[in-house]
Amino acid sequence: MSGFETLTSERVRVGDPLPELAVDVTATTVVLGAMASRDWRPMHHDYDFAVNRNGVKNIFLNTPNQAAWFERYLTDWTGPAGRLGRIQFRMKDSVFPGDRMLFRGAVESLESDDTGCAWVEVALELAVEDRVVTACNARIAIPATEGDNPWKRRGDRWKPRG
Amino acid sequence: MRDLPAEIQAWIGEKRYRQKGEFDVERGYVFTTCASVENGNPLFWDEKVAQDLTDGWIAPPTMLSAWFRPHHWAPGRTQQAQPLQVHFDLKERLGLPEAVMTDNTITFGEPVRTGDRLETWQILRSVSDVKQTKLGKGRFWVIDVEYVNQRGDWVGTETYTGFGYRRDVG
Repeated sequence: MSGFETLTSERVRVGDPLPELAVDVTATTVVLGAMASRDWRPMHHDYDFAVNRNGVKNIFLNTPNQAAWFERYLTDWTGPAGRLGRIQFRMKDSVFPGDRMLFRGAVESLESDDTGCAWVEVALELAVEDRVVTACNARIAIPATEGDNPWKRRGDRWKPRG
Repeated sequence: MRDLPAEIQAWIGEKRYRQKGEFDVERGYVFTTCASVENGNPLFWDEKVAQDLTDGWIAPPTMLSAWFRPHHWAPGRTQQAQPLQVHFDLKERLGLPEAVMTDNTITFGEPVRTGDRLETWQILRSVSDVKQTKLGKGRFWVIDVEYVNQRGDWVGTETYTGFGYRRDVG
């Protein structure tokens, strides 16, 4: 493996922060995210429907696209050898055009399962103006050492539920 | 759940809406998804990295649900097909015209590969009593969506918590 950074568990400590990511949301962000996830529901592209039917202030980011943002944020940190096991998120409020999304995170725990796979539990949040709109917990496998590769684990050797 | 209609009680734990994907997993949607979140992970852009790490092209794990969202239109279809049909069934049968998703958990199994044709089904896990929230009065429900590939390998499970409601009229 070469040509990209690989985060190994030897370099991770509980409490480590993840680099922050800021993204300015436009109507295009919302609509592109909805179309990419094949979500044709009108509250993600139709302002009038969102406001007058759903009672919110604008079109808003859809659920699968929020998952895609969290995946991108995590693998920006781990590199491509990072393999998601589980992601769990709670949306407390919506993300609208004009918002600036700020992704933050920190390592909550680090463990090795009985197959030797290194797992990192990460607490993440998506904030808008210092208000957490989505709270997220993720379990992601990373190489224990250079040369280890979580993607090669199959069947019973892959334990995403912990 | 004492006041839940018997028909809906019977849905709990039952595998419903088993279906195969309408199309193979393909890279066009992978690129569009990566573009939508500016995801430069070389697994999805660099063939050598994909070959070295995952033995070929895979799709971003969080795209699971995309492979089952029906086309917005298709020849001969008389009404719009809905993804997560159990959610829409609950809205209709419980008379709750609005709904939002509040929690989402996705657990990932075998990687989803270009050319895979996935299969899925939905299982209603629970429905709450009637609750009052800032959105209106309604019920929370939990639905699992399970996915396997054409070899029967488990590739993931999504668990959605939805809240169906009727808006409060001031």
